[in-house]
Amino acid sequence: MNAQTPSSEKLARFNVSPARQRRDRIARGTILAATVLALIPLLLIVYYLLSKGLSSWSPSFFTTDPTGNTFFKSSSIGGIKSAIFGTIEMVALASVISVPIGVGVAVWLVEYGKNSWFAQLVRFFIDVLTGVPSIVFGLFIYIVLIVGTGSSFAGYKGALALSLLMLPVVTRSAEVILLLVPGALRESALALGAPRWRVIVSIVLPTALPGMVTGVLLAVARAAGETAPLLFTAAAAKATSFNLGGFMNSLPVQIYSDVTSPTTAVVNRAWGAALTLVVMILLLNLIARLIARRSRLA
Amino acid sequence: VEAASVPGGERSILGRSPLARFPDRALKYGLTILAGLILVLIVYFFFRLVGEAKPAFAKFGVLGFTFDNDWNVNAEQFGALPLVVGTLITSGLALLIGVPVAVATAVYVTELSPRRVRGPITILIELLAAVPSVVYGLWGIFFLAPKLQPAEQWVADRLSFVPFIGGGIATIPNYFVTGLVLAIMILPIVSAISREVMATVPLDHKEAALGLGATRWEMIRIAVLPYCRSGIVGGAMLGLGRAIGETIAVTILIGDAPQLGGHLFGQGYSLAASIANEFGEAQGLHRSALFAAALVLFVLTLLVNGVARIFVLRAAKPGSSKPTGGAAQAADAADVAVGA
Repeated sequence: MNAQTPSSEKLARFNVSPARQRRDRIARGTILAATVLALIPLLLIVYYLLSKGLSSWSPSFFTTDPTGNTFFKSSSIGGIKSAIFGTIEMVALASVISVPIGVGVAVWLVEYGKNSWFAQLVRFFIDVLTGVPSIVFGLFIYIVLIVGTGSSFAGYKGALALSLLMLPVVTRSAEVILLLVPGALRESALALGAPRWRVIVSIVLPTALPGMVTGVLLAVARAAGETAPLLFTAAAAKATSFNLGGFMNSLPVQIYSDVTSPTTAVVNRAWGAALTLVVMILLLNLIARLIARRSRLA
Repeated sequence: VEAASVPGGERSILGRSPLARFPDRALKYGLTILAGLILVLIVYFFFRLVGEAKPAFAKFGVLGFTFDNDWNVNAEQFGALPLVVGTLITSGLALLIGVPVAVATAVYVTELSPRRVRGPITILIELLAAVPSVVYGLWGIFFLAPKLQPAEQWVADRLSFVPFIGGGIATIPNYFVTGLVLAIMILPIVSAISREVMATVPLDHKEAALGLGATRWEMIRIAVLPYCRSGIVGGAMLGLGRAIGETIAVTILIGDAPQLGGHLFGQGYSLAASIANEFGEAQGLHRSALFAAALVLFVLTLLVNGVARIFVLRAAKPGSSKPTGGAAQAADAADVAVGA
């Protein structure tokens, strides 16, 4: 049993031919190169956000409204206070609307609807909602609440458009998590004599809670970054407003209107606002991931 | 046993009183009504949108509106062909560039990468989905487009004999840059779905290929990719749906010129961009035309997403040796993970 037993000729028959080896190396190299290529945009975006955005950050950037004068170089153009507050207010209202409805529909799908034709239909329509372009949500709300009532833009209308956008994300993610709740848990509660609603409220929902929080936070993060649904529903007031019935500014809309400005200082404010928005969204994502990791189900 | 019935009552002791049954019924019917209301709401929205779009369709005809090449706000002429074509060119480019890269990252992460870098690469690619579209637009117009313009001009000059690509003058906002940024934007969803589908390839198939002497790449080519084909197609279609509906980044990057762009590096328009750009000042027939554009966009995304769902569902059952529904569930999970 020494190493010389197989002749070199015999060994060659088990070796991969040079041509195939070369092809293997080229293919693996290409795949690696494509993966590296995919990571480059993120690096570039983060680099530009930091290098351009940080320089426009200052205490007054967060404490003033974008109402300043843009014609004179000496005067301040103002910061993004109203945009930050507007985004937080509208996204909060959108979550208050879409989370109970989304979770309710998901509970119905998992606990009652199951695979009935009606449940399949609801699932189909939720999927349809997932695919609807975000600007079309804005137009839906515009038709119903602005053309329909003859009134003007308002923060709560923007929030409703955002809640339409969040609804399918919340429902689908909650459904996926609720399906993971073990059937044995439900059965043991039922066997102890608990009525169905107690099983849902005291057993199913608490078990699924951390996973659902993850889905909700991801939906919130997505809604916070959306511009299109707000353009024709909440418009953009410049001043800070705590009245959801009036015009309201938001970070994405502020960035969008600043991008088109010919004034460098205004464009720089857009970079600062973009950095603020991305930091907010990344924090939400981070929290969502941490909660997902601690969840027992997912 | 004696205790089978309550003295003086018809009811079994195991049954509940009507009062105790009430919360159960309320919850069940309440949630059913809630689910039904969502259907009603969507159908209602759809018909209202059709109603608002009707004047434009009545004036130009559905086909005339969609396929006439004349979008002139001042002359009240609304033929949406430049918008439709712009939408299709940019989202087609996004697929062409984005899908191969996304599939390659998925292959790398599931089959080739060292275990240690698997998690970080996945997270970094998913972070791309967290960047808001207005930030993509901002970055694209102030960094990417100006940097690429000389290269685009060089390509346009060298390939001047190729129709649509060569010839013209490369502007800073153009179809190509828009398609490129859209490719970056759809990368996370296509990559996530491909990855989840690839994770469902049975180990037996891969081991069989390797056992027959296949190299790593041959194993990927004969065992992994064919098994995942319909899942990848479904993921790509979902990405296409995203690209078609993307609004703000496209509005910033495409140039908003209401004409059929003559070449790849020229300005154009898209359905979503026209709405974002013009709706604020639109009146009368113009507004109706924009609602009609929204309807065309809505139907287009509906078709693309419908086809995508069919492919993703089919990915669930190509072979016999795998747990049913794995790929579809995986795709759902991926959808949720990147915030679909």
